Amino acid sequence: MFYREAGQFYTSYAKDQGIFQLKQDKFGLWGILFIAFVVVPVGLYLMVQGGLMAASTKDYLYNSIFLLLLVNSMAALGLNILTGYCGQISLGTAAFMGVGAFTAYKFSTGLNYRIQKEDEAGELISQLVPMLPPIDNPILLVLIAGLVTAVVGVIFGLPSLRIKGFYLAVATLAAQFFLVWCFSRVEWLYDYVSSSTIQIPPLKLFGLVVTGSETVMRDGQEVTIYPAAETKYLICLSLVVFFAFVAKNMVRGRIGRAWMAIRDMDIAAQLIGIRPLATKLLAFAVSSFFCGMAGAMSLIFYLGALEGAEAFNINESFAVLFMVIIGGLGSITGSFLGAAFITLIPIFLVVSLPWLGGQFGIPVDAAMVEHIQFMIFGALIIIFLIMEPLGLARLWQIGKERLRQWPFPY
Amino acid sequence: MGEIWEFILAPVLIFESWQFGMEVVISGLLAGVMYSLVALGFVLIYKASGMFNFAQGVLVLFAALNLAGFIGLGIPIPLAILLTIGIMILFAVVVEYLILRHLVNQEQIILFMATIGLAFFLSAFGETIWGSDVKKLDVGIPQGRFEPFGIQIQYLELTAGAVAAALVTGLAIFFNKTKIGRALRAVADDHQAALSVGINLRTIWIIVWAVSGIVALVAGTMWGAKSGVQFSLSEIALKALPVLILGGFESIPGAIIGGLIIGLGEKLAEVGWGPYVGGAIEDWFAYILAMVFLVFRPQGLFGEKIIERV
Repeated sequence: MFYREAGQFYTSYAKDQGIFQLKQDKFGLWGILFIAFVVVPVGLYLMVQGGLMAASTKDYLYNSIFLLLLVNSMAALGLNILTGYCGQISLGTAAFMGVGAFTAYKFSTGLNYRIQKEDEAGELISQLVPMLPPIDNPILLVLIAGLVTAVVGVIFGLPSLRIKGFYLAVATLAAQFFLVWCFSRVEWLYDYVSSSTIQIPPLKLFGLVVTGSETVMRDGQEVTIYPAAETKYLICLSLVVFFAFVAKNMVRGRIGRAWMAIRDMDIAAQLIGIRPLATKLLAFAVSSFFCGMAGAMSLIFYLGALEGAEAFNINESFAVLFMVIIGGLGSITGSFLGAAFITLIPIFLVVSLPWLGGQFGIPVDAAMVEHIQFMIFGALIIIFLIMEPLGLARLWQIGKERLRQWPFPY
Repeated sequence: MGEIWEFILAPVLIFESWQFGMEVVISGLLAGVMYSLVALGFVLIYKASGMFNFAQGVLVLFAALNLAGFIGLGIPIPLAILLTIGIMILFAVVVEYLILRHLVNQEQIILFMATIGLAFFLSAFGETIWGSDVKKLDVGIPQGRFEPFGIQIQYLELTAGAVAAALVTGLAIFFNKTKIGRALRAVADDHQAALSVGINLRTIWIIVWAVSGIVALVAGTMWGAKSGVQFSLSEIALKALPVLILGGFESIPGAIIGGLIIGLGEKLAEVGWGPYVGGAIEDWFAYILAMVFLVFRPQGLFGEKIIERV
């Protein structure tokens, strides 16, 4: 009734080519952005002020759910570009995220390298020497991480020129295992600490503390300022929204059409003058750029400190692949839906299963929850591939079609 | 210069002590046999249904979990083995009924992703039932070792080699001499032609999944006897993928020889180069080897079909 195109005319080419051609869609998008940017932070702030919610609950929401959701969305966007739009399956997403995280770390500490020399007593002392001034702007770090990961992605994308399908999947497994091995064995990457853990140094943006803490003198007293969860959330949200628009415009333009042509039939694509080499490598580069940013965001905003081999293991790669399959292959909206689904289901299960088990007198421990979660994911993947290979995004689209005709189907 | 050569030749230099070298070679080859056993299951399903079964590794884990679980319940070993075989056959029927028949004519990549889902489901399912602690699997393979010419050889490794040889012989007879085997080969050659001469594809799929389930049981028993039944088994079994790339997806001899090359290669590399770069290069050596190999010979050593060049 309210959702239909009657009476909306395209009076210019620009309008005809808009992303959201229906006014209702446009309003919907602005509404979602308004909720994400204004209603959520302000609402939660007011709820805490008004005593409706504990401050720790608010921080939990931001730090454990929203930030994870944003990081996963970014990674899913990246993989969707490669797998959904260009048809190249990748099982190495987590490794590329790891490259992003380690790049961000190295640049935030100034690309240290170690020199060892003997002091007067003849003892070997080692010293970390920075190659560059440390970068303390989180956004710049995220972008640099993306660029470096893009280069790595292109290198591991090279086999895609000769092979495709699951052959390529095995080649990307090589990236996964090799890079993760590097994260725990190449000492330079984690500044030679024995635990191979990386921790992001204090960063600031526009004078706001983003990571670490800062001690300032205020009214003659030393006050320690900790980063506000809202700051991290808003920075992440801005990055994700901006790059989602970039991705959306990329996939509906010439580049995206070339990707889809390669995906649907590579020989036909070649015949109409698309160069497979450049197109595929571009897809690998762009996809890795997004994954690298996701990894850097995960380190800077979400985790703060991490151990590469553990945080970016192969299950993480599968999780991102599942987001893309469940959300919808070849859909930007789908990346978000899938990321939300895969991120929220475990949180929901962790809360609900022990309760449910308690009702029936079955003890449910953490391992059990994890197993059930894996079973649900596995079953869902199969169900989606059988029933709706295009995922949640397709269901969303069908819903909109129905709504268009409702309540008068003629 | 000397040091560089020493590094490059490190895997060869371990033969300075030829007994140690031979031990590395033998343990490498026998690890390779284990990989081959897993890879065999992949090849069987790939030939019959064009499905790249990512879940084969987990199938190995699942079979071993069941066997270890039944033995843990105090069921005599032969009966436990029969029960597990029964479960693998039941599993094949269920997979055909719930998954395969709904995915006919889908793109290969969709089938592949469906098996990833299956792998996740199955590993969690097995561990929910039998628990996720490391289980010992003792099916009466003699422990210990003997030392001809000063080379230490585990009995377990010898048994694995013998079992693999028996299995391959059995499969070869099954494929070449029985009626079902002929039907399987017909399906592998051409689905439509096979249908038109009256071969029931669904039955064939069930048989093929059941057979590869039994192959998985053999592989799982060997791995389990060697290092216990645990979740990491499915990750070890992933190494069958580079084995397949090396050997070619449609070739049973390819799976065997590919497995031997990978097993030997990664052991030599680990012992030779490992100390220089911090160890654990076994984790990725097989994959990188396969990746490099893909660039030069995409169809593998024994692959029949030329992979579409793109």
